[in-house]
Amino acid sequence: MMTTLILLTVLMILGAIVALESRDLLSGIISLGIIGFALTIIFLVLQAPDLAIVQIIIETLTLVILIAAVLKTTRKEVNDPVNKRKVLLWSAGLIGVAVFLLAAWRALHHMPEFGHLTLRMAQAYVDQGANLTGAGNLVAAVILDFRGYDTLGEATVLFTSVAGVVSVLRKVGRKHA
Amino acid sequence: MTLIVKEITRLMVPSIILLGVYVVLHGHLTPGGGFAGGVLIAGSFALMVLAYGSEETKREIKMWHATFGESMGIFLFWFLALMGVIQGTHFFTNILAKGRTGDLFSAGIIPLCNIAIGIEVAAALFAIFFTMAVMRLGEKL
Repeated sequence: MMTTLILLTVLMILGAIVALESRDLLSGIISLGIIGFALTIIFLVLQAPDLAIVQIIIETLTLVILIAAVLKTTRKEVNDPVNKRKVLLWSAGLIGVAVFLLAAWRALHHMPEFGHLTLRMAQAYVDQGANLTGAGNLVAAVILDFRGYDTLGEATVLFTSVAGVVSVLRKVGRKHA
Repeated sequence: MTLIVKEITRLMVPSIILLGVYVVLHGHLTPGGGFAGGVLIAGSFALMVLAYGSEETKREIKMWHATFGESMGIFLFWFLALMGVIQGTHFFTNILAKGRTGDLFSAGIIPLCNIAIGIEVAAALFAIFFTMAVMRLGEKL
């Protein structure tokens, strides 16, 4: 399982690099799809079918929307000339990555081993979930009963964001502001 | 799109919607739930837009369908959460009987919450798709 996960992660990183570097925006979007679909397979390998279902459909919808956006605007990436600012940004980015890798290397030694939970709460959910809530699907029991407030907030955030998207995209420009 | 795509879409869309409804209703028993089922239903609407084009879709489905469904979904969810307060217990308490684990009608308000989330997610995603792909800029909703 570990080998599969590492291979898929490498594939995702390659897809991300191609998506960033490609000059043609359409092929950039297609390689962006590699990330999402590889993530779907990772969810399946890790036995999370709930997430895999959502991920594969969301990925397809997002690709369709992005491709529609590219077909309606432009396929060429906008060229920006190399200058001093870019060198500064690159060096700042490299320093950031170095600091992150150093911190991660020190922190990862203290993380629990892969697949071995140390949280007592997780075991309690697994043992008592079906009895306390009556739901056969433990994920549903957690997101709608034990962690119900989270889901309520999430649904409200979705509602608000859609209201924002609709009002921003459909606003007719006022002539006399 | 061509006639082949249109006919295949005509055959596929009802089954996709049925699968979405199944995933929503069995959310407390099998993998899936309100989010997954809602996204499936929204995907079937998007397929319809892609196959038949925006003009054809705009005649059948109006923008207010999407916004109305979205508002009703979030309203139903908050109402279910407030039912606990109305009954005199805490916010978001599971006030209905739990039943036997594994039955379709069990787990109290969890299936009802799944239905509310399903309506909201389906309508919300379709509203985004509708504004981005179907409507023209400046068009009245």
